[in-house]
Amino acid sequence: MLQAVVRAEPALRERAIALIDGNPPLCSVVAINEKAAQTGIEFGMTKMNAAQFAGLEMRSRSRPQEKIAHAVLLDIGWSVSPRIEDTAQDTIVLDLSGLTHLFGAEKDIGAHLAQRSCECGLLPNVAIASNVDTTLIAARGFQGITVIPPGRESQCLGDLPVSVLSPSVETAETLSRWGVRTCSVFANLPVLQLSERLGQEGVRLHALARGATSRSLAIAEPGHLFEEEMELDDPVEELDPLSFLLGRLLDQLCARLAARSLAAASLRVRFELQPSFENALDRRKEMFRQIHPPGVYEKELQLPVPARDSKMLLKLLRLRLQSNPPAAPIRKITIGAESARPRATQGGLFLPSFPDPEKLELTIARIANVVGEGNIGSPALVDTWRPGEFQMRRFLAPLEAAGAGHSRGGVAHPGRPHKSFKASTSFRIFRPPVPATLELHAGRPTRVVFQGLRGQVLAASGPWRTSGDWWREDPWQQDEWDLEIHFHSSSGGRDAAAALRPDCGLYRFYYDSLRASWFVRGIYD
Amino acid sequence: MSSKAAALRLHVASALAARVASPFEYRDRPVVETVPAGIGPVDFLTGGFPRGSLTEIYGPPCSGRTSLLISALASRTAASEVCALVDARDAFDPTSAEAAGVKLKHLLWVRCRNVDQALRSTDLLIQGGGFGLIALDFGDTPAQAVRYVPLQVWFRFRRAVESTPTILVVLEQESNAKTCASLVLQLHMQQARWSRTSGMAEEILSHHSPGYLLEGSKSHAEMIRSRTKREGDRQIQQEVFMHDGGNGAEFETEAMEIYSRALSGTRRLGGGPGQR
Repeated sequence: MLQAVVRAEPALRERAIALIDGNPPLCSVVAINEKAAQTGIEFGMTKMNAAQFAGLEMRSRSRPQEKIAHAVLLDIGWSVSPRIEDTAQDTIVLDLSGLTHLFGAEKDIGAHLAQRSCECGLLPNVAIASNVDTTLIAARGFQGITVIPPGRESQCLGDLPVSVLSPSVETAETLSRWGVRTCSVFANLPVLQLSERLGQEGVRLHALARGATSRSLAIAEPGHLFEEEMELDDPVEELDPLSFLLGRLLDQLCARLAARSLAAASLRVRFELQPSFENALDRRKEMFRQIHPPGVYEKELQLPVPARDSKMLLKLLRLRLQSNPPAAPIRKITIGAESARPRATQGGLFLPSFPDPEKLELTIARIANVVGEGNIGSPALVDTWRPGEFQMRRFLAPLEAAGAGHSRGGVAHPGRPHKSFKASTSFRIFRPPVPATLELHAGRPTRVVFQGLRGQVLAASGPWRTSGDWWREDPWQQDEWDLEIHFHSSSGGRDAAAALRPDCGLYRFYYDSLRASWFVRGIYD
Repeated sequence: MSSKAAALRLHVASALAARVASPFEYRDRPVVETVPAGIGPVDFLTGGFPRGSLTEIYGPPCSGRTSLLISALASRTAASEVCALVDARDAFDPTSAEAAGVKLKHLLWVRCRNVDQALRSTDLLIQGGGFGLIALDFGDTPAQAVRYVPLQVWFRFRRAVESTPTILVVLEQESNAKTCASLVLQLHMQQARWSRTSGMAEEILSHHSPGYLLEGSKSHAEMIRSRTKREGDRQIQQEVFMHDGGNGAEFETEAMEIYSRALSGTRRLGGGPGQR
């Protein structure tokens, strides 16, 4: 419980802490650290009593944080061994058989586990023994890293109090009356007489005290969803303090991912927002609020390649939040990551250079802040005859260089004859289309006026009629014309742009039959 | 005499030591890698677009500027390079670009609303790195607005792409980058090319007759400036200003639209309504 709270607030590690739980006003102390115990705080003390101790930090017990701390513990375990037993909320057991070749001696494995835990914000006790139950008892009884050599279980556990064996209340009272305080004393009692007095429980506890039990692990399945959560006492409004908190959560998330040799394929951010005072008073919204909680802000960040660089992820998240900030102060932050294997690529000397996917994602996010999110991407044609129809897709840099051999061969040599090649005439679209006025003679355009320009039609090709989508709200029916126009020298001649305007131009006009108007679609350039 | 020259040389070298590392050693300008723009006559004229440099294409509307740019984009995307188009007036037509051979999946299109957005986006793209070609399209932006872009912006762009394999192409109505551009091309439209459909008697055809189709256009490209030192050049080219007289190239472009129309089955209206 304490570790979960301290992980969220590392500054509390050096202070006296007491955890409060229960329904007000019956809140009581449920966990304390060593420093708090030294000041005189005891379990079961009421919140009011505990509050009188100076220098004591009181925090409410947070079950979501405990759940996350447990998930972190499992991740640390999986970073070392694939065979793990999820014994309790605060305890896991690892199968270390065969791992000495990989990590070194057992003590080194213990140190490795402790270091990993420290990176993830936890300070667990690590015990290594030849059987599961002895390991559990040693981890609960001894601080730091403990290695119990095979055959010395009874001696090593001897100094521990019998309470570490977790006897029932009646048995604990009986042992207390007998004056049995430590495991060594208990282990020296004769088993037969013990079974006559304490029954099967006595025999089981006796075997535990001697370190003579044997059982196999109940293996847990590794999960692929990583989540971090933080509840805030004071809601956060500004982006800078929020970034600080997000950075801390992302650091923890990335440390967990790194421990499992995974990376984040996507990030999901969820903010619980502070309901506004006006909304709270508005009873008409009350029913709606029960169905759809209004104070929730969610954003999903799909990454082009799996990443676990917390700084890069924070920058991306910041940019997204800048473009679309939450509407109210934030009181709870949840960040989830969907895991995937990290990208492994092999570069090549003769391959064309590509933008680094992570850097490109940042660049796109920055540009999206300038031009708007929908105005950057990769164009894709749509299966329709509607003129000028396209859609913007998310731009993903190609990861493989298909046909990259052409790149080096693309160097132009001016002395060599070039392959005869005709380029296609490109078209520039006017968005939105420019309204125009056309004079027709025998159904064919002869003169045009648009944007203050007057011109005579030299050549025309058309009409090309297209229509469609009559079953939708926005059907179209257009007659297109390709026109070569000679502009009069007098039209718009006073402005500076007139000097740059050509005498002739190739334009595409269309007559919108539904609106009964002429427009200029664009120019051939 | 030779010892006196050597002493003098040593004196000059020591005097300039703080500013110039070796003043008497000739440092050859590295050969710039060029890539074809995809239009034979233009490539023959220019030697291709130089990497790590700013290339300026300017000319009035309908002069073939966009066709040249799209051709360069098609050439680069065909070589599996990633390209970016910063479209200052949102005038890019994906349909005609794809018909010209541009792989749209390899193209990052930034649709801007003004000059400022376009410049900021270009800056970010150059800093991001990794692009084969970055095109800044000011083709429809009023020339006056582009004229107000400070010269230091072009200098910054030039410096930013200098040591990269990126080609920075700027499309404008008039030249603005001045000496920052390594290659400057001016384009003019010479004539539009119209064709007639088969089966029409020539004597009854006029420019307005139904038999005419837009076939394409003919443009003239003139190389105004080139600072690219080509492979095989013996003399040091500091800066070559070229004017008329053998420094231009003509190229033709084909309007793919008429073929796509013919293929798609669009019917020319002879009187009754048509639909595709």
